[in-house]
Amino acid sequence: MRAFAYHQPNEISEAVKLLTSVEDCKVLGGGMTLIPTLKQRLAAPAAVVDLAKLPALKGISDDGVTVTIGAMTPHAVVAASPIVQARIPALAHLASEIGDPAVRNRGTLGGSVANNDPAADYPAAVLGLGATIITSAREIAADRFFVGLFETALEPGEIITAIRFPVPVAAGYAKFKAPASRYALVGVFVARFADGVRVAVTGAGAGVFRVAAMEQALSQSFEPTSIASIKIDAAGLTSDIHAEADYRAHLVTVMAKRAVTAASR
Amino acid sequence: MQISFTLNGRPTTVDVAPATLVSDLLREQLSLTGTHVGCDTSQCGACVVHLDGAPVKSCTLLAPSLDGATLLTIEGLGATAGSNGLHPMQEAFREHHGLQCGFCTPGMVMTATALAAANPAPTEAEVRRGLEGNICRCTGYQNIVIAVMAGAAAMHATSAGE
Repeated sequence: MRAFAYHQPNEISEAVKLLTSVEDCKVLGGGMTLIPTLKQRLAAPAAVVDLAKLPALKGISDDGVTVTIGAMTPHAVVAASPIVQARIPALAHLASEIGDPAVRNRGTLGGSVANNDPAADYPAAVLGLGATIITSAREIAADRFFVGLFETALEPGEIITAIRFPVPVAAGYAKFKAPASRYALVGVFVARFADGVRVAVTGAGAGVFRVAAMEQALSQSFEPTSIASIKIDAAGLTSDIHAEADYRAHLVTVMAKRAVTAASR
Repeated sequence: MQISFTLNGRPTTVDVAPATLVSDLLREQLSLTGTHVGCDTSQCGACVVHLDGAPVKSCTLLAPSLDGATLLTIEGLGATAGSNGLHPMQEAFREHHGLQCGFCTPGMVMTATALAAANPAPTEAEVRRGLEGNICRCTGYQNIVIAVMAGAAAMHATSAGE
């Protein structure tokens, strides 16, 4: 790890000012990606801005229609939250399946979503639920947020402060874990709303994506059998040491069926 | 920079470079070598410590994050209970032979005590899931699981008797 200057602002405005005025700055959330990256010298920023002391970025609230979670809320807190468990149990379940207990105590919602790892779990829930990403500057719809591999719509100096999740009628998440890392080889989040169904897939490609054919079929009939014959095109999906693209394509349908089953419980 | 925190019950102030891992601070600067570094990539869990009561991997934690916090390491845990200086969970690991080479043991014990504090009577499945972030390369998981279940029972028997 190379030396860096360390800043721990107490206000969001102060954090934004640091990020826009200090050269070569990185934002530190829970550090579960940034710190390993620093250790491998894949990143060597001149300064780190730690968001840990920003109270506005913590906490979970329910306004009856949506559940809003502060960006610096750790996965373990989301998993154990009575609000999330009652209102969007699939989201609590997803959080409880990230990494391992020690990772869940440090890793944060905002950090995961800002990093947009192609195999991360949270992007599937954010896109699957059609959530809104609230930043220091504006609100961004999930459909416009995830741009590509580790790439989002965030501008330099823009910080995620919270994410607002619409409460669905029912939702489910199923993932096939890479056994060593517990990242999603393929993870599918299915959410049923009064006006339709959303299906979001993580792990399979360069970034999280929706599956229109499954959404239409499930909007007609919310049953695992409705999507059993829908095949995902393997072109453009990831092939690596863990799984070939064909296998990932196959897993999308399998995990989607399981997510529908989980949502129906 | 200067950071102040409570380390194993004692107020502690140290001078550290911001780019310092807590595992390095403990081992190199504070001579607390009970916290082990196995993989240094947040996988193995040999470096687990309790930060404000929650188990975290100290190899993936920056020293500045300790400022104002409470940190418990395996050295502090041993000092908290037991006539022979062993915590009930450590005693259970000894009793049930929950270790082979012993390298992963500090992290296993730290994870196990946090698990048992939150769940007084964990099932075997809950213990195995709770230990997902701790790797034993002797692969002696069977006795570790038995030890954690026994240690959890002992921790709560002790606290009930106090």
